[in-house]
Amino acid sequence: MSKMHVKLTVNGKEVEGLAEPRTLLIHFLREDLKITGPHIGCETSHCGACTVDIDGKSVKSCTTFVAQVNGADITTVEGLTNDDGSLGVLQEMFREHHGLQCGFCTPGMITRAHRLLQENPNPTEEEIRFGMAGNLCRCTGYQNIVKAISASAEMLNAQKEAAE
Amino acid sequence: MIPAGFEYHRPGDIASAIGILQEHGDEARVIAGGHSLIPMMKLRMAEMGHLVDLQAIDELKGVEVGADTVKLGSMVTQHELITHDGLATAIPLIREAALQIADPQVRYMGTVGGNVANGDPGNDMPGLMQCLNATFELSGPDGNRSVAARDFYEAAYFTARGDEEILTRISIPVPGSGVRQAYEKQKRKIGDYATAAAAVMVGNGTASVAMTNLADTPVWSVSASSALAGGDVEGCVSEMLDAIDPVADNRGPVEFKKHVAAVMLRRAIDRAQSRAG
Repeated sequence: MSKMHVKLTVNGKEVEGLAEPRTLLIHFLREDLKITGPHIGCETSHCGACTVDIDGKSVKSCTTFVAQVNGADITTVEGLTNDDGSLGVLQEMFREHHGLQCGFCTPGMITRAHRLLQENPNPTEEEIRFGMAGNLCRCTGYQNIVKAISASAEMLNAQKEAAE
Repeated sequence: MIPAGFEYHRPGDIASAIGILQEHGDEARVIAGGHSLIPMMKLRMAEMGHLVDLQAIDELKGVEVGADTVKLGSMVTQHELITHDGLATAIPLIREAALQIADPQVRYMGTVGGNVANGDPGNDMPGLMQCLNATFELSGPDGNRSVAARDFYEAAYFTARGDEEILTRISIPVPGSGVRQAYEKQKRKIGDYATAAAAVMVGNGTASVAMTNLADTPVWSVSASSALAGGDVEGCVSEMLDAIDPVADNRGPVEFKKHVAAVMLRRAIDRAQSRAG
């Protein structure tokens, strides 16, 4: 099969490459672009470790062909740091509240939590658990992930108020 | 987990998409959100030479809420169904059911058209659309036609849609005020298909009852619906238990599925009837 020309915006930068249409987005990100934040966990759309943000939607990049997202704007966990490269609020709160142990699920967790807080800046615990239901963690029991996301919401809202 | 190769097409209108399907025949398949098809392609249980992506076709998008009818473009995602407030006011059952499908990531991509057209007995929308008495609009080489959701499903993965047809739109009559609704689904875990699910509308002397994943097609039952319309809940449950035909699988033996079916149906009826409407 012939390769197609792929053009994407990833973490604010325009990138281009050649890929067979059957290439999964997760493989294109990791192997062609060397963006290795998104992880391959189950590779069967269950675990959410490969979650990236595509045009404002949380998407499992193991279940997306790169051909389908040609022209899209993609954010991975690497794109959620502060401008100076320091940890962003969600990243810092996951560290602070022990929202991870082995860290394998964390890029997917943080990328999904980012979109959740964009859509619902004041989620209840129940809303966080429902909104994070597409991401599996085998270490934490989720409690500290929920705490980290709640704390992020508070901090982001405080920052927003201070800026206004 | 790498699918077989294919040529990728992204047509901009329905006519071009049908043209590609005609040109390549059995070798071509449409893709909507892809969250049923891509996993099958990765397992090499689905292979095609040409993949026709419907995402750029504006005619397949949008939610129109009218006084009597709701029209859903086939490419409307579950996420859009959930976040559309006008739709939730007109037919609350749709949001209630969509929230129980898969997980958040899948709902951003999964479409209502893909869910109803795939013919997977595990999908929630087919039974829901039968309960709501929806009509599916199809476009193909010979023009447009409509098929009632209640006549659409023939067997698992076999539907009234022709190979060169595309499901473009779903029309749903808005239930009258006083018609109360509920969707109940039992599943083993988030993202699972139903062990049993029930869609119920009841009120104004009418009722409609459909169930999911308890036969190789969704089950809408005239006699169960009539019993409920007449206020006979146990009659409705017993008619439905006669109509379903579950098979034993990793969700449980037949006796268990019938038990869960009855529980889901009673809960849905109770919850619908307890709602203000």
